Parts: sequence; C-alpha cells; structure tokens
Amino acid sequence: MSEKVLMKGNEAIAEAAIKAGCRFYFGYPITPQTEIAAYMAKRMPKIGGTFLQAESEVSAINMVYGVAGAGYRVMTSSSSPGVSLKQEGISYIAGADLPALIINVQRGGPGLGGIQPSQSDYFQAVKGGGHGDYHLIVYAPASVQEMADYTIKAFDVADKYRMPVMLLADGTMGQMMEPVELPEVSANEIEKPWAVRGTNCARPHNIINSLYLKPEQLEKTNFDRFEKYKEIEKNECLYEEYMTEDADIVLVAFGIAARISKNAVVEARKQGLKVGLIRPITLWPFPSEVLNKTADRVKGFISVELSMGQMIEDVKLATECKKPVRLCNRTGGMIVSPEEVVESVKKLLSEVE
Amino acid sequence: MTTQVLIAGFGGQGVLFAGKCLAYEGLYENKQVSWLPSYGPEMRGGTANCSVILSDEPVGSPIVNNPDVLIVMNLPSLDKYENATVKGGKIFVDSTLIARKVERADVDAFYIPATKIAQELGIPTLANMVIVGKMIKETGIVTFENACEAMKKVVSARHQDLLDANIKALNAGYNYAE
Repeated sequence: MSEKVLMKGNEAIAEAAIKAGCRFYFGYPITPQTEIAAYMAKRMPKIGGTFLQAESEVSAINMVYGVAGAGYRVMTSSSSPGVSLKQEGISYIAGADLPALIINVQRGGPGLGGIQPSQSDYFQAVKGGGHGDYHLIVYAPASVQEMADYTIKAFDVADKYRMPVMLLADGTMGQMMEPVELPEVSANEIEKPWAVRGTNCARPHNIINSLYLKPEQLEKTNFDRFEKYKEIEKNECLYEEYMTEDADIVLVAFGIAARISKNAVVEARKQGLKVGLIRPITLWPFPSEVLNKTADRVKGFISVELSMGQMIEDVKLATECKKPVRLCNRTGGMIVSPEEVVESVKKLLSEVE
Repeated sequence: MTTQVLIAGFGGQGVLFAGKCLAYEGLYENKQVSWLPSYGPEMRGGTANCSVILSDEPVGSPIVNNPDVLIVMNLPSLDKYENATVKGGKIFVDSTLIARKVERADVDAFYIPATKIAQELGIPTLANMVIVGKMIKETGIVTFENACEAMKKVVSARHQDLLDANIKALNAGYNYAE
C-alpha cells in the first residue's frame, strides 16, 4: 500500500483504472465528471495507453465496444445526459458478452437537467437502460476510497463474467476530495480466448456479434446469459449494515445519500430513536435477501434518495411490503439533509406505533 | 471531535485552495478529512465555497450545512452563512472586503484585514492563507508547524517558488493581533 493522498473521486477512479491495467479511455467532457477525462488525457500518453476524446458519447461507447472485443481493459465515463447517449452501445456490449467499465457521475435530470449531484439514473442503471434483456453489475461507491476500490473490482468482475459493469456515482462523490490509498495491484487479467486479436492462421476466427436472426438461437443466448446473472446474484451482491441490530426503522440509501443517512442515524440515536442503515454497494444485484430478513424484525423502512423515488421500488419488492416503506428525498441537484431524514423517521414512527 | 468548516467568497480568491490546504493539514495530523467544493459556472467573480471536515471519526456526510467555523471573504457569503453557523461557532471575516460586523451574539467573531495584509506583504493573491493563519491560531484545529509542513504537499512541485509566500501569508495571519 502506498501513502494516503487527497484526491477527488473522479481522479481516484481514473488512477485506479490505470492501476487495474486499463490502457484505453474514450470519452467526451461533461460536468461533473470531466476530471476523469482530464486525468486520462494527462496520464495515458505517458504509460503507452490511449486517450481519445471522441466527437460524441455515441462514438466513445462504440470505441469501447471495439476495444472490448479485442480483449483489452477499456472504459468510458460521462454524466447523466451523456450516459443516455451511450445506452445503445451498452446494450450491444451486453449483447456481445464483452467486459467494459462505464462510469456515470450523475447530475440532475431529465433532459440536460442541471449540473448538481443527483441519483435519478438508478432505473437506467439497474433496469436496463438500453434495449433488450440484459443487466449491468452496478457498483455505488460512497467514498473516494471506494471509488478507487470498486473501479479495480469492476474490471475484474467484468472480465470474470464477460459483461459490462457500471460504477454509479454522483457529482458529490466525483468532486469531493478524501484521503485515498491506491493499492498496487498487479492487473490480474484473465485469458481471453474469445478476443478478436488475429488468428495467425492457427485457429478459426472469433466473432464478436449481438445479432441473432434465428429466434431459437437468440432465446437460448438470453437464457444462458440469465443463468450467468443468477450466478452473479449469488456471488457478487455487496452491502453494508450500520447499527441495524436493534433498529426499529432502517434507512436504505446508497452513495452520497448513505453518507448523509449515517449522520441521520447518529443524530436519531442521540434523540433515543433506534435507527439503522442498510447501504447497497451493488445496486444490481440488489441486496434483497438482507432486506427481506430485516423486514421481519423492524417496524419500517425509509428509502433515502436524491431522486423522485426509484430504489424504493426495489426496497418494496425485496421486503415484499411486509412493513411500510417510505421515501425521504430531494431531487434536481438539491441534497437531502440529515435533519430531513430524522424528521421522516419520526413521522414513520408516529404512524407505526 | 469533529470540526466542520465552511470557507466562502468570490471565485478567484483562493477559497477552494484554502480549503484544500486545511484538508491536507488535517491529513498530516492523521485526522479523517473531507473537502467538497461548490462546482459550476463559478469562475472568477462568481461565488465559491467549500466544505471541509476534520474529525477523529470517519466523516459521514461531506456537506457542511451548519459550520462550526465559517470563513467569509465577501459580503454575500456572510449574509448567506452567518445564520447557518452553529451556536458557539467561530466566524472569520476579511474586514478589508466586508464592512459590516457579525450580528449574532452567540458566536465568536474575528475580524482580520486579510486582503490588506496580503497586499502590504506584496502577495495580494494570498489573502486566503492570511485568514486561514488567523483561523488556525484561534481554533487550534491544527498546529502552525504542521500547517507549514502540510503546505509543502499542497503547493505543487511546479510552484515550489510559491511555498515561501504561502507560509509568509499563513504566518502573517497567525501572528496578527486585532
């Protein structure tokens, strides 16, 4: 481990990607993630990598598709409106079973929206985003250290399962600085016998494709892919529990909302309220099991989100609505305060007691 | 112990840099720290601020809504954040640029003509570090020695010639008597 340095979340992502062996970055500038591109522009040429500012997000993601097909570690990054533009390419990458990392440092929407932090791309990230039957593994880091750690993990997991992975951050996580320790990883890249890198006339050529004109074939491909997704749901789900043991009310929040919720838990406990937090670290797969079990012993849940309420649907599904699930939210770039969260706890307690 | 600091002023006054220095100073003392800037179309002339938290515990939310310590380098920032400051908090005012006094009686107010001091020292762009020096003195949030050590890390290798000027500014603020 190296010395702790202060880094912006965006810079930590970029440096961690390089440490993980990523040597290809394609992107297009957009606030609040531009530091990723700027960092890559500075670093990539020095280490024999490729930084390319594409003419649009659409071409950037298709460059990612190409390099992923050649079996090299590759990433792109953008913020909400730019990630919308990338969705077609993401669907193709998923359909061609290729590993790649897509970063979304979210800002307020819909449309061009604003440039302040938001979490309103949850649906887009976990429910598909592009067309067709597919999933992305979605990591939601809640500190600059996690921005780095899950960037590295994302590359490994993408290679392992041959699929695109998304890191879903927000403007706060991207812009804030915290001490970070960047691990010296030896890029543990696995063999990629499927990659299109030339055959030397020694084997039949590989094909990277997402087109299946025979429905029987496409159905089978999708069935197989969903078998893989079942494995991922079993193996890759990550979450953090905070003071949930004796909790009456459990907050559910990810990313920056989870940081705020932790403050709310501390404040509520000072006031004698038994509150805990479950923080999904992977949004897909979603930590449904722990939520379902928790539902049997608590009085209710509050989904704390910087959106009009998106993850709350998954909380309801996970808990089978055994207990009331309420929303505490701000949106459009506004940030929920710990006090607002504590108020919502009191309101829910008054309803259930 | 957790100290929440908000530093606010015009873009171009080095408000974000001052916060970054403070964060590094905390890091140098092995504290948990976070630094969060306002971002947006706020270059020179617009308003800018940053939230800095120094703590012995892991930092929860990095957003400072109610500062323990408020540094203001323009009037709109004092108007905006005076009432947000916690009871018993400390407010540091650049009195060269802000004519009015702090109205609240339940906070400690400190006035320092940081911009004037920096100008007189021939380092007019470092009023930010003058006021940080004063703040370090009055809060004891970090030691002066460690603040100087940490500056070596913050001032980039390219600009080492500016290190002395930054420390001079810190020193002037630290030793300023009202």
